[in-house]
Amino acid sequence: MNKDRQHFDEMLLGEDGVRTPYSEYQQWFSQEDPTRLSKKSKEAEAFFRRTGITFNVYGQAAAQERLIPFDLIPRIIANREWTKLSKGIEQRVRGVNAFLHDIYHRQEILRAGVVPVDLIAKNAAFLPQMIGVTPPGNVYTHIVGTDIVRTGEDDFFVLEDNARTPSGVSYMLENRETMLQMFPELFSQIKVQPVSDYPKNLRRSLAACAPAGCNGKPTVAILTPGIHNSAYFEHSFLADQMGVELVEGHDLRVIDGHITMRTTEGYQVIDVLYRRVDDDYLDPLNFRPDSMLGVPGIMDVYRAGNITIANAPGTGIADDKAIYSYMPDIIEFYTGEKAILKNVETFRCSEPDSLKYVLDNLADLVVKEVHGSGGYGMLVGPAASKKELAAFAAKLRKSPGNYIAQPTLSLSTVPIFTKKGLAPRHVDLRPFALVSPDGMNITPGGLTRVALKAGSLVVNSSQGGGTKDTWVLED
Amino acid sequence: MLGKTAGGLYWMFRFLERSENTARLIEAGFRIALTRSKDPEAEWKSVLTTAGVRVMYDQKYDGYTASDAIDFLLRDTDNPSSVMSSINNARQNARLVRTALTTEVWEAVNESWMAMKAVLKTPITETKLPAVLGEIRRHTALVRGAVHGTMLRNDIFDFTQLGIAIERADNTARIIDVKYYTLLPSASFVGSTLDNVQWETILRSVSAHRSFRWLNNDDISPMTIADFLIFDSRFPRSLSFCSRTLEDNLGYLAKDYGTRLPCHDLIDAQRQRLRSSTIETVFEEGLHQFITSFIRENNAIGLQIEQDYRFVG
Repeated sequence: MNKDRQHFDEMLLGEDGVRTPYSEYQQWFSQEDPTRLSKKSKEAEAFFRRTGITFNVYGQAAAQERLIPFDLIPRIIANREWTKLSKGIEQRVRGVNAFLHDIYHRQEILRAGVVPVDLIAKNAAFLPQMIGVTPPGNVYTHIVGTDIVRTGEDDFFVLEDNARTPSGVSYMLENRETMLQMFPELFSQIKVQPVSDYPKNLRRSLAACAPAGCNGKPTVAILTPGIHNSAYFEHSFLADQMGVELVEGHDLRVIDGHITMRTTEGYQVIDVLYRRVDDDYLDPLNFRPDSMLGVPGIMDVYRAGNITIANAPGTGIADDKAIYSYMPDIIEFYTGEKAILKNVETFRCSEPDSLKYVLDNLADLVVKEVHGSGGYGMLVGPAASKKELAAFAAKLRKSPGNYIAQPTLSLSTVPIFTKKGLAPRHVDLRPFALVSPDGMNITPGGLTRVALKAGSLVVNSSQGGGTKDTWVLED
Repeated sequence: MLGKTAGGLYWMFRFLERSENTARLIEAGFRIALTRSKDPEAEWKSVLTTAGVRVMYDQKYDGYTASDAIDFLLRDTDNPSSVMSSINNARQNARLVRTALTTEVWEAVNESWMAMKAVLKTPITETKLPAVLGEIRRHTALVRGAVHGTMLRNDIFDFTQLGIAIERADNTARIIDVKYYTLLPSASFVGSTLDNVQWETILRSVSAHRSFRWLNNDDISPMTIADFLIFDSRFPRSLSFCSRTLEDNLGYLAKDYGTRLPCHDLIDAQRQRLRSSTIETVFEEGLHQFITSFIRENNAIGLQIEQDYRFVG
C-alpha cells in the first residue's frame, strides 16, 4: 500500500514525542523492559485460551475456534475527545430511533422527500410486519454499536451504525480485565474511566423496556443461535455477567400469549428477550419458514405487546449501507440539529453518475455490499490486484444497486507491540450505547479493533484483525 | 434453571465420568495383558465389550491387538465413548451450560480439553501410555476438585452428581456383567491362577485392588468381590453407593422444588431392592439376572430424570 502517505498516529508525534493523552502512559512504557512485556503478551494469550474467549470462523472446519489477537498497548482517548464523540453518538442514536418509529408509522420523512421512497419500499431490511407496531417504551435500538474512524486531530467519521445486533462488547470487557490483571500499577497511576458496569447497565436498560403489562421484576433472557454461532462466547459471557438465562429457540414456546422458557420446574414467562438471532430467523411463522433458531409465533406475541424484543425487528433498515448516505439529513430532520459526527462521503452505485465515477476510480475506493457485514464481499481498491479489480467491476455493472463506494480513508494508527518495538497499525472504534425510556447510557471507550498486518485497513476479526483495550481518561 | 441447562450439566458430568472409566479400563487391560494373561487378545476383546463398543470396533478392525484397541478406546472420535470423544462432548456441554459453572470448573474442563487434544493428536505408543493415562486421571481430578471446592450446593450441583452416579453405576454394573462368569461359585477354584488374574482385572477396572485388600484382608473370593462391588457403600464405585447418591440428590431436588416426580418412585424402589438383598440372595437368584435388571433400572432412572426435569422439549 501507499507507504509514503502520512497517517495520523494517535500516540506518536514523531521525534520521540507523544500526544498529550499518551504522556503518562509513555512515561510508564519507557521504563518497562521489553522482554517482560513480551512475556506478558504471551500470558494474555494463554489467559484468553483458558477462559475460552474464542470465536468460531464461518467457512472453516466445524468446531474451529480462534482467538482474537489482543495487543497490550492501550488506545487512549482524552476526556475532551470523548465528550464530543459521546454527544455525537447520542444524537445519532436518537435520530436512528426517531427514524425507525417514523418509517414504520407515518413515514413523514418519505413525504418530505428527504429519503427516496424506493429505498425503503424495495429494501429487504424493511419489515412490513412492523408497520404500525410500537415497541414497548418506543425503543427500537436498545443496543447500538456505532463504528467510528479517525483521520486527524479533530476528524471523526461514522463508518456504520450497527443497529441490529452489534457484537464485540465482551472483548471490550475482557480486554480491560486482562489489562487490570497484567498491569495493575498502570491503573493506579493513570485514571481511566471504568467499563465494568456495562452488564449491570445493560440488564437495567433492558428491564426498563419491559412490556407495560409486566408486573414485578421483569425476566430478561438472551436468545442465542447456539454454540456453533461465531459469537457464542459473547452470548454466554453476557448472560453470565447479567445473571440471566441463555436460551435457544427450542427452549421457548408460546403459552397463553406469552413467550415462556422450559425450566426444570415448568414453563416460565420471559418479558424481555435480548436476541442475538437475525430478523429472518426470528419466527418461522412470520419470516423464514425453515428457521430452526427462532420461536414460532413470537411476532404475534410481540404485536400483542407481551414481549420486548431487543433490538426490535426491522431495525436493519436504519443501518443499511444504502440508507447510510442519508444519515446526516435524517438526523437533521428529526433532531433539528446538524449532525455532530461526520459521515464518510458515499457513492450510491444505484445512481448512474455515481456508478460511472466508481468504475473510473475503482483502484482508489472501498466498495461495500449494501447488505454485507463482517468485511465479507468488500473490495479495498488500493490493495486489490488488477485481476480482482476487473472481476469486481463486472459484479458492479451486473447489480450496481447492491453496492456503495467510499474514498479510502487515511485511518488513524495506534502502535502495537511487536518484537521489534512499537509499530503503527490502523484502528477503528466501536462504542456501545444503551437506550431505554430512562435515557441513554454510553460506556466510555468501546472496542478498538486493529488491523495487525502493516498497512492493512481491514480490522474485522474474521479477517485477521485484533483488539486493544480502549481508555477514556478521567478529566 | 433451564431444562436444557440441567441436561447439559448432567451430560457434561456423565461424559467426564465416562472418559475416566474408559481410561481406567484401558489401564487395567494394559496391565493384565502385559503381565498376566496368556491370551492378551481375549483380554482386549473383553475390555472392548465392557466399554460397550465392541460391535463398532469389529466393523473397523480384524483382531484385537493392543495398539488397535488402545487407539480405538483412547483417540478414535468415531467411537463415541473414547476418551477423546468423551472429553469433546463434556466440553461441548460445558460451553452450553457455562453460565451455570464457576470460572474454576469451566477453566478446569477447558484446560483438560486443550491438554487432551494436544496429547492425543498422534497415536500413543505403549511406552507413553502410562504417562498419558496418568494425565487423564489428573485432569479429571482437577475438574472434580473444582466442582467440590467452588460450586454452590444447589440444583446445579445435584444435576452434576446425578450424571456421575448414573454413568458410574452403569460402568461398574457392566464390568460385573462381562466378567460375571468368573464370579460364579461353580467356576471358582480358589487360588487358581486363572481366577486370580480375572479378579485382579475386575478390581483394577474400578481402581479398587488395594482398597479391596484393605477391607477384606485375605478373604478374596467371588462372593466377597461381588459383595464389595454391589453392596459395600464405603466404596465410591459400588452400585449401592451410586444408588444412594441418586437418592440423596433427587431428594434435595424434591425438597428444593417442592415436588416429587416419577423418578423419585423409581429410585425408592431401587433402594428398597438393594436394601432387602444380600450377596447370598443375589447368588441364589442368579448374579447375571440381578445385574442385567440393575442395568435396565439404572437406565430407566436416567431417562425418567431427563423427562421429569425437562432436559429436552
